[in-house]
Amino acid sequence: MSGAVSASQADRSPAAAGDNILEAKNVSKIFGGLTAVSDVTFAIPRRSIVSIIGPNGAGKTTFFNILTGLYKPSLGRVSFDGRDITGGRPDKIMALGVARTFQNIRLFGTMSAIENVMVGQHSRMKAGLFGSILGTPGVRNEEKRVREHAAETLEYVGLRPNTHDQLAINLSYGDQRRVEIARALASDPKLLLLDEPTAGMNPAESDQLTDFMRRLRDERGLSILLIEHDMKVIMGVSEHITVLDHGENIAEGGPDEVRSNPKVIEAYLGKQASQEMNG
Amino acid sequence: MSAQGQPVVAPEKSRRSLELTTRQNAIIAAVVLTVAALAPLALDPGGDVMNNMVLAAAYVVMALGLNIIVGFAGLLDLGYVAFFAIGAYTVGYFGSGYWSNAGGGEGVHVLVGEPASNLPGIHFNFLLILVLAVLATTIAGMLIGLPTLRLRGDYIAIVTLAFGEIIHKLTINGDEVNMLGGQLTAGRQGVTPVDKIDLPLLERFQSLDLRPWYWFALCLVVLVLFVNFRLRDSRLGRAWIALREDEVAASSMGVPLVKTKLLAYGTGAAFGGMSGAFLASYLNTVNADQFAFSFSIFILAMIILGGLGSIWGVVLGAIVLSLINYHFIPNVFNTWPSKIGLEFDLTELSFGIFGFLLVIMMVLRPEGLLPERRRQMELEEGVGTDEAVYESRMP
Repeated sequence: MSGAVSASQADRSPAAAGDNILEAKNVSKIFGGLTAVSDVTFAIPRRSIVSIIGPNGAGKTTFFNILTGLYKPSLGRVSFDGRDITGGRPDKIMALGVARTFQNIRLFGTMSAIENVMVGQHSRMKAGLFGSILGTPGVRNEEKRVREHAAETLEYVGLRPNTHDQLAINLSYGDQRRVEIARALASDPKLLLLDEPTAGMNPAESDQLTDFMRRLRDERGLSILLIEHDMKVIMGVSEHITVLDHGENIAEGGPDEVRSNPKVIEAYLGKQASQEMNG
Repeated sequence: MSAQGQPVVAPEKSRRSLELTTRQNAIIAAVVLTVAALAPLALDPGGDVMNNMVLAAAYVVMALGLNIIVGFAGLLDLGYVAFFAIGAYTVGYFGSGYWSNAGGGEGVHVLVGEPASNLPGIHFNFLLILVLAVLATTIAGMLIGLPTLRLRGDYIAIVTLAFGEIIHKLTINGDEVNMLGGQLTAGRQGVTPVDKIDLPLLERFQSLDLRPWYWFALCLVVLVLFVNFRLRDSRLGRAWIALREDEVAASSMGVPLVKTKLLAYGTGAAFGGMSGAFLASYLNTVNADQFAFSFSIFILAMIILGGLGSIWGVVLGAIVLSLINYHFIPNVFNTWPSKIGLEFDLTELSFGIFGFLLVIMMVLRPEGLLPERRRQMELEEGVGTDEAVYESRMP
């Protein structure tokens, strides 16, 4: 049904540019009778920040969950860094270099901030059952290294050292968001997926986060995929935007292109807004 | 997202580190274990007190094993008795006259001394039996883990409960299954007598001098304590706690669910088997009636009473409940009903008493006697719910 649409969009999509860190081809997800994601083709170029926007229930988070392996797509393929990861296990996809945060923060509440970040490095560690019991020098060194790396990562996202040992659940909301990003960054991923990271943040905090995303791209060479409702953040930081509505890819392009696309204005912002913008 | 402003002085409580340091734990362990190791020297070697101490030590091993599954990894296992049964039957199979036809009626003997070396049946050295028990229960633990991998919470409890009951029924009715010139199990009649522990360089353990039994059990306690501490503060321990807190987030952060869960089941089960083998030899019987569902609950009650996930709490919980069960109820409280003119045996009600104790605990001190530090902090300081955190950020 949307074959024609995605075919015509394929020409405009950055997939044509060649060097993509992640590509999703004709991905669909059907829950019973509900098509949550319908035939979406999508690509993330290396070292770029791209966004998915769309009204609530458009299938953005479902799409995220397909990319990270929490859901298996009903149809379509996903490849990361040249490898097919369609339907792969979340921990394996994470180990390949795809890290994420969650829309509603999902920290390990009874673990301290630094322990949360150390869990993020699980896939980068080797210590096994017997090595840990015996406390071999290799395991001890690894443990020390991982703890130091976690502390550095927490400082990098702006968490004060005196909060590193606090339980995650007792941190302020903004700090919890920071710890979640640090936990994702700790594994040194190539691709970072952020699901509504500015939810519940004030405008100043959102601006800080926007700057931070640019730093991640420029300093660490990360690619970032962002789901966001805050248009200021989206338009400010994205190089490429994909718009989903009812699970379908209805438009994509640069911020200006998307902003002026009448389909987007109607589907996403509503008719009233569309009139205001024209008036 | 950069650090801003003056660092705010954190409240004293939050500075407290999450867990006792390794050094603090080592000191506590050294003091407790030294006292525990020296205590028998002042006691009647064959008395009730010694008997209770041996049992308490064996239960500490059991409870610390279950604590890995339930306390660390958060997998509610209601069939832990299965590992007691498997460990005990390892002794029944490899350390008694049960297979009377083995070796053409002469018996099979591996590294055992008198008198076992002259008896028919299979007789292995107890240390070998211990290794076999650990292997058998580790495999059984992983097998029971497999069907629960896709399940969460209460559903895991139901599957494990069924597994415990299957093993229980198997031990009862296995006497009707003929195999290898004998029966699968000895049913309610039980396997008795069982070889006493016979260690190299030491005299064979006697039923009149309980001190060697106690010291042996204490060695098992040291081993299981050591493993508990080491694992808790390791990559695997963090993965278990992460799993307990949020399975979806844990797997998205790179924790392999299947492997991590199976390691919890396997490690926890291994200690159940170890303690089960010890108890079988100590009690001199392997009997189907020992493996009832109530045993699983008894061990679970120990870790809940002591503090789920807290190593020292679980040790305390196991000692307290085992003393209540084997000393206070039969010897102390049992005379109370007659004092107020009632005629009944209080030991019949022991599980009612445990249930009552648990209810009291849940009301007065839900985190347990010696709670895990992190849970305590959560309960004490808990801004608690997401809503509270959220609201505190609202203008």
